[in-house]
Amino acid sequence: MSDARRLATALSALGVVLLAIGLTALFVGSAGLSPGAVARALTGRAETSSVEAIVTLSLRLPRVAAAALAGAALAVAGVGFQALTRNPLAEPSVLGVSSGAAFGVVLAQILGFETGLVAALGVAVFAFAGALLSAAIVYLVATAPGGLAIQTLLLAGVIVGIFFSAAITVIISVVDFNRLSGVIHWLLGNLAPIPLSSLALFAALTGAGVWLILRHARELNLLALGEEAASQLGIDAERLKRRVFVAAALLTGTVVAFTGPIGFVGLIVPHVLRGLVGQDNRFLVPTCAVAGATFLLAADTLARNVVAPAELSVGVITAFCGAPFFVWVLRARSRPA
Amino acid sequence: MTALIEFDHVAFAYARAADPRTRAFAFPGLSFAIERGEIFGVIGPNSAGKTSLLRLLTRVLSPQRGEIRLDGRPIAALRSWELAREVAVVPQDAPRPFPFTVEQLVLMGRYPHGPRRFFEDAADAAAARDAMLATETLSLAAMPLERLSGGERQRALLARALAQEPRLLVLDEPTAHLDLRYQAETAALLRRLNRERGMTVLLVSHDLNLAAELADRLLLLRAGEVARVGAPGDVLEQGLLEDVFGCRVTVDKSASGRPVVQLAYDRG
Repeated sequence: MSDARRLATALSALGVVLLAIGLTALFVGSAGLSPGAVARALTGRAETSSVEAIVTLSLRLPRVAAAALAGAALAVAGVGFQALTRNPLAEPSVLGVSSGAAFGVVLAQILGFETGLVAALGVAVFAFAGALLSAAIVYLVATAPGGLAIQTLLLAGVIVGIFFSAAITVIISVVDFNRLSGVIHWLLGNLAPIPLSSLALFAALTGAGVWLILRHARELNLLALGEEAASQLGIDAERLKRRVFVAAALLTGTVVAFTGPIGFVGLIVPHVLRGLVGQDNRFLVPTCAVAGATFLLAADTLARNVVAPAELSVGVITAFCGAPFFVWVLRARSRPA
Repeated sequence: MTALIEFDHVAFAYARAADPRTRAFAFPGLSFAIERGEIFGVIGPNSAGKTSLLRLLTRVLSPQRGEIRLDGRPIAALRSWELAREVAVVPQDAPRPFPFTVEQLVLMGRYPHGPRRFFEDAADAAAARDAMLATETLSLAAMPLERLSGGERQRALLARALAQEPRLLVLDEPTAHLDLRYQAETAALLRRLNRERGMTVLLVSHDLNLAAELADRLLLLRAGEVARVGAPGDVLEQGLLEDVFGCRVTVDKSASGRPVVQLAYDRG
């Protein structure tokens, strides 16, 4: 079977799972709607002001879309950071990039970006800047003379993450709390319903980031040979690294701007997918986009329903899965081959 | 007719000691040529410039003055993948971690032949298969590179370079990590590739006797300058070697008539 056929098969199989989870997410929830009522709303046969129409179309559908976008973006950002650092544990939250982006968002909020499309764009720009800044710091610290040991990179990420979390705490303490309503909930990763215009922006930025990394998937494979060997094969290693770095930061910043810092998706999803489709980034990037969407949708559906009528932040669920997973991967890697 | 590779008064110095472990080093103005179809060996003491020469040739470094030409064209004017179609490098070893299989590694050698392609095409697959056949790595195709022995890994890396279908094959210390049997096999394979495919080979090595056995001509480097270029018998001379390496040696002849250099250990 040709590579393209194999990829198409994998994507269709994952697409079916995504569709199934997406439909499940639309049909379950604390409003206790009957499946018939949800189906009526989805097919446009319910009154626009009816409960089922509002819950299904204005609450659940945007949330499902936001979860899918965030999951796809985070998983692909993880693949990007992992290829750049040649470290399968590299991931937006582990590297502290999510915290940097969150700092940007909190800064944008005290500057008064609140609602509307322009504000959403402003917040996204700040989040992107924060993500770039923190990723650059981690990179500079980890590539200082002495080599790029895996532990150095992870430690640098943890330190940068702690620093930006502290900076956020300072801002929250200093600024009038009412102006930062919901920040605590948001900081745990919160998929609140997003207005349609913001959702479109979210989709566009996610699409751009995924596309940038996907375009360079083949070159990212060659980067595993080392930068000198990659450049001897005709790759501009510096430009490649810069582009993927920016794209991964863009994806992280976008997710944090719209949903808050959700951890570990970029660790769990690529790791599982490597077991299924192999190490080739040309397979990993697109399949991780679909599987990341599926994973976060499932996690969010769980978050909405386990303690109903209250709900958990989705970041709590991914952290509960991700932290043990991180330890497991770290141990598996430390074991001599 | 021009030579395949020409170094024309190439001057290069590292801007400053970026890495304090490396000593200050410079090519004041290096000139030599590699002819089509020959096996050309570069030898010399540590920090004589062997690795820097290789990096200049593959444009990892750029000369400050002078010019390096491929077929009479300055390599500085080529696109990076154009150069990679002509010059392929076999590194000393693969980096770790390296998560790919032998086949995936070999297919990476096809990148310069279609840098815009997302997946390799049938011609790429055929070239990769041919390269694995020539290096007897076809049976290892599905194996992760990290599971192979040193000798097998070396052959897989060679297969990747052959998949580039280059005119010049560059080997950086090809036998550094190999035991005697694999050294002999690698030498035989290189000789066969040179003879059967007319592939020009540039061999950079510490191993004077391997270079003497394989190479048609040798370049002996001393501190960034040519100490001597010529047939192995002319370059591997006791007096010259003792002068360049700063130790006592004896030079004999092997069964094939090539010089054999031995270190004369000081027993005082």
